[in-house]
Amino acid sequence: MLHETRPAEPLSGVRDTLSACMQCGTCSASCPNAAFMDMTPRKLWRLAQLGMLDEIERSEAFWLCSSCYTCTLRCPRGLPLTQVMAEIKRVVAVHGGRTGRRHGNFYRLFLNNVEKYGRVQESTLMTCYLAAMGSPSLALSFAPVGLKLAAKGKMHPPHSAMKGTLKPLFAKVREMEARS
Amino acid sequence: MNYAYYPGCSLTASAVEYDLSTRLVLEHLGEQLTEIEDWTCCGASAVEPVSRLLTRALPARNLALALAQGGKDTQVLAPCSACYLNLLRVNREAVSDVASRAELNEALSSEALAYAGEVRVRHLLDVLLNDIGVERIGEKVVNPLEGIRIAPYYGCQILRPYPVFDDAEHPVSMESLLQAMDATVHEWGLGGRCCGASLMATNQAAALASVRGLLEAAQGADAIATVCPMCQMNLEAYQSRALDGSSARKLSILYLPQLLALSFGLESKQAGIHRNLAVSSDFLTRCKQRVSAVA
Repeated sequence: MLHETRPAEPLSGVRDTLSACMQCGTCSASCPNAAFMDMTPRKLWRLAQLGMLDEIERSEAFWLCSSCYTCTLRCPRGLPLTQVMAEIKRVVAVHGGRTGRRHGNFYRLFLNNVEKYGRVQESTLMTCYLAAMGSPSLALSFAPVGLKLAAKGKMHPPHSAMKGTLKPLFAKVREMEARS
Repeated sequence: MNYAYYPGCSLTASAVEYDLSTRLVLEHLGEQLTEIEDWTCCGASAVEPVSRLLTRALPARNLALALAQGGKDTQVLAPCSACYLNLLRVNREAVSDVASRAELNEALSSEALAYAGEVRVRHLLDVLLNDIGVERIGEKVVNPLEGIRIAPYYGCQILRPYPVFDDAEHPVSMESLLQAMDATVHEWGLGGRCCGASLMATNQAAALASVRGLLEAAQGADAIATVCPMCQMNLEAYQSRALDGSSARKLSILYLPQLLALSFGLESKQAGIHRNLAVSSDFLTRCKQRVSAVA
């Protein structure tokens, strides 16, 4: 049957959005980070169209999207490709096992920081992120910048003025997301 | 005009000088800023990979506060491009997308707030160019930056995906402002090219390559002018590493309102220039010598 209903699957939203992709590759040619990706955005869209979540999970390409929106701007089909990248990140962070969770660390900790303090506390966020990644070389690579920021009085303990302000909104959003 | 000011989180920490110089310059130009009370994070670009709904609810909360505090048609001014995009996106959806509006308002009901797209969202650059205008800015220039070559850097989210006030591929809006300061515009094609954004935390090699590309293309300029705290941070804090093995020289990196402050003859300390990470003393001396020459 041509229009049989598919069982619910994590990529269905992405598939619908990408159904008009004609594989022209304008996105790949426009992407400032494509050279660092293990597959081009064009190929990623194809895998998503085919529902090949396993293949997508094995790739790290979408973690390299920096939300510059150049592909979105140039897509001749007018597809919201940057938004799709974010959606793939969400799907893989939930369904993608350990690697997906590790890649999603920064974003998840960012959100925790916002929920707790109301306004992002940059120094605290970076400390938590580097601790969660558990990589001494990564931590070390940020040391020079940390020192520069400290010298300019830009490293500080978290401000608590807005602490807890966002708790009700986060609770409500969780309730709404659990329902959908 | 009176603007509802949304500084955003970065401007309270690593980009404090963007806050200082924005307030200083707008006040000098006779504009009023009223900070939105109890504003919270807009979600930056980091929330979308976790929650679609929070990507909308977080900025909507701030617009709802601006509405409650300033009324309909309040102009919300955001200097940070990521804040600007988040606020602008939800503002457009609140007007055009009925389902999204209903969802947002359900989320906002947790704080007895409501929002349906009543305020306007503006970027600092848009306000400088289109509300204040080149003429009024030129009138305040007492310390022309003649002979100083500036590369205007717009970054991404200020004009993409919504090119509200300039071309998203080849932006030019900063050029007339730089010319009003008598500075020379460094012609380059990378004004709208990505700085790597938060890849600096999650994939440094890729972000450093982007920063290197920008710094190399800006060679010949004395400084790069920025209008986003993320761009500023990536360009100023990682120059040594980005240029490792390159013959390119380091550049001074300043926020656009800091350059305006210098051209207005205002104290560089008031504009927070001493808190930038990459402003050479030579560059500052060349800018300041003009003050004494005028005085």
